[in-house]
Amino acid sequence: MNKPEKLPQRVRIEADGTVTIAVGKVELGQGISTALAQIAAEELGVDLSKIRVLPASTAYSPDEGVTSGSLSIQDGGKALRAACAELKGRAEKPASEYRIVGTNAPRLDLPGKFAGRASYVQDMVLPGMLHARVIRPPKPFGKLLSIPEHPGLVREGSFAAVLAEREEDAIEAARKLRAKAAWSDGPAAPQDIYAWLKAHVAESKVQKESADAAAKARGVKHFKAEYRKPFICHASIGPSCALARMKGDTLEVWSHTQGIYNLRKEIALVLRMPEEKVIVQHAEGAGCYGHNGADDVALDAALIARMSRGRPVRLQWTRDDEFAWEPYGPAMVMALEASLDSQGNIVSWRHDLWSNGHTHRPGRANQPVLVAAAEIARPFERGPAVDPPLPAGGAQRNAVQGYEFPDHKVTFHYVRDAPVHGSSLRSLGAFGNVFAIESFMDELSDGDPLGFRLKHLKDPRGRAVLEEAVRKAGPFKKAEGRGRGIAYARYKNVGAYCAVVAEVEAGGAELKVTRLVAAVDVGLPVNPDGVVNQIEGGCVQATSWTLKEQWKPGTVSWEEYPILRFSEAPAVDVVVLKNSFPSLGAGECTMGPTVAAIANALHDALGVRVRKLPLTPENIANA
Amino acid sequence: MKFTVNGKPVEVEAGENTPLLYVLRNDLGLVGTRFGCGSGQCGACFVMVDGRPMASCDLPVSFAMNKSVTTVEGLSGKVQKALLAEQAAQCGYCMSGIIISAEFLLQKNPHPSESEVRSALDKNLCRCGSHNRVVRAVMRASREQA
Repeated sequence: MNKPEKLPQRVRIEADGTVTIAVGKVELGQGISTALAQIAAEELGVDLSKIRVLPASTAYSPDEGVTSGSLSIQDGGKALRAACAELKGRAEKPASEYRIVGTNAPRLDLPGKFAGRASYVQDMVLPGMLHARVIRPPKPFGKLLSIPEHPGLVREGSFAAVLAEREEDAIEAARKLRAKAAWSDGPAAPQDIYAWLKAHVAESKVQKESADAAAKARGVKHFKAEYRKPFICHASIGPSCALARMKGDTLEVWSHTQGIYNLRKEIALVLRMPEEKVIVQHAEGAGCYGHNGADDVALDAALIARMSRGRPVRLQWTRDDEFAWEPYGPAMVMALEASLDSQGNIVSWRHDLWSNGHTHRPGRANQPVLVAAAEIARPFERGPAVDPPLPAGGAQRNAVQGYEFPDHKVTFHYVRDAPVHGSSLRSLGAFGNVFAIESFMDELSDGDPLGFRLKHLKDPRGRAVLEEAVRKAGPFKKAEGRGRGIAYARYKNVGAYCAVVAEVEAGGAELKVTRLVAAVDVGLPVNPDGVVNQIEGGCVQATSWTLKEQWKPGTVSWEEYPILRFSEAPAVDVVVLKNSFPSLGAGECTMGPTVAAIANALHDALGVRVRKLPLTPENIANA
Repeated sequence: MKFTVNGKPVEVEAGENTPLLYVLRNDLGLVGTRFGCGSGQCGACFVMVDGRPMASCDLPVSFAMNKSVTTVEGLSGKVQKALLAEQAAQCGYCMSGIIISAEFLLQKNPHPSESEVRSALDKNLCRCGSHNRVVRAVMRASREQA
């Protein structure tokens, strides 16, 4: 993450009184443009309607790294606030004087989207544009052996695509060519990914160690359990898309990437071009929930634009492409051990985690990572997914929990080889780690899940969200097949606090989540309704991951990869605790607490502890 | 090929098997109808054909010949207004198809129950988790319509 910079070009007051702001953080459907506009309007003392937020571009925007990790308000907002105050020539406004920040300003982008106006990169049209489709093997990383001649076919090494004036012709040509092309077999995905991960450790890295032999020796009851999280797809509703155009020796790319500068670096590296000859401009896509196919399709489009004789190209990945080639949220194994003393206090805790890295983003190393980099005529070896250290971490995000135990060790067994390609999915390792930690806490709690947590949690803001979630949830009538569970985490241990109460009905092995209550502390919310929207959405999406989702080889459509539908979505009550602590990002904090609360509620309902996700009838029956 | 879109007669030159979606988006510039899956599984591309919601991504344009097609751009706005009031979206990509399904529901059942709204929207996938806001918006549109 780049440090917030103060650059004069961030904010410009135009002759007509409007204010143009150039920000490095991009709109992913999370409402960040509106929240940043609120911050600028507040500091400059102008009406919100006067603010224009420019789409981020390497041609003029500040380099704020990647829009990820729930950091846009924390970092992007802070930099913008400073730039506005500087422009006004005075100190930043104190929070007590806010009149725009802290209000439910309506989203600036929704009227156009609801009216069906051009809103996404998919809707862009460039003069003289050709439509493109890529031609890839049905499963990853085979080499292209042969492909028949076809009008509009472009090929470089194993990378092949087809161009046509009309979109439906490109689709039809790609379908035919895919059926007739021959590829070598790529590596097969392991049958048992969890056993495979444990057998392929490259390096074991201790994340936290506080040894206390005396405390450990007080342990009289010992527990251990192992939890598993599968590959999960980002599964955006809009498959990835990019436009690209070669103009002389300059390449322009329009992309729904989360990081315009990093993507530019990667494209320049793979195309062996100078970085300053590549311009990447952000254009919105459908929600991505992390690192999906956005960057891969942009590199694909860039490669095609070099072979299209100056014609601009619009490359739309198909639904099959997205399911087959997006980098999935990686599979994980978490093995936990704990000892309790005679008073039921946890005196010793072990958390061992096996996973690939969860950060396989472009432009971070001198080795490219995107799919096409390994397919071109002079291919690159793709670099591995490498995670930053804690507190952000990747696979190990939230593996060190916020409770206080005297003897405590957390180890990340990093697996470098990746037979299935993965990268950042909303909350990264926190989803798996919090599922394991908060399920295990429940297993140890001896029937008092709230009291047991509070006994081990000192942080007053953490205690407050737990107590508030339970209070808001109100009384619960236990009945046959009905259960309630709770879970808690502070995202990354430095971000938003979140506690979730889940209520479920389990008729036979079929599990239905009927209600979720989430209490969060995000510091001062810039846009309270925007926060609630993110929390509700996170709860519902996490429910979908929990109940249904696991990528398997051969997934090509929504038939193989069902997600939660309207009739299945639980009611969600959200409480945002009021305070004026510095604002914290809200987008990811619910994911871990939601999965664990549901698993705990399932246990409450059926007395069955399911430690393998998703909580499908099959996994419940086998638990 | 002649048909009606949002009340206006149109004539397009396209192969008769061309999915209606690409004719709407690329020939007629009506990009509000979004591409989601290409096989009628997600609902992002829903339009009304002679008043019934249909996936346009795998519907040959010839099917629409001499029929009346309504896209999100051609709707009255009551559902859209309620969606704005409820701020019922995150990325918004699935919303055009949801608006079509909701309009159809309210036409045949002006005062649906919450569970009827949910069932009516079950063919539309939403990934951001905006489901409950959308349901509240459709209930609001039902209350506020004349």
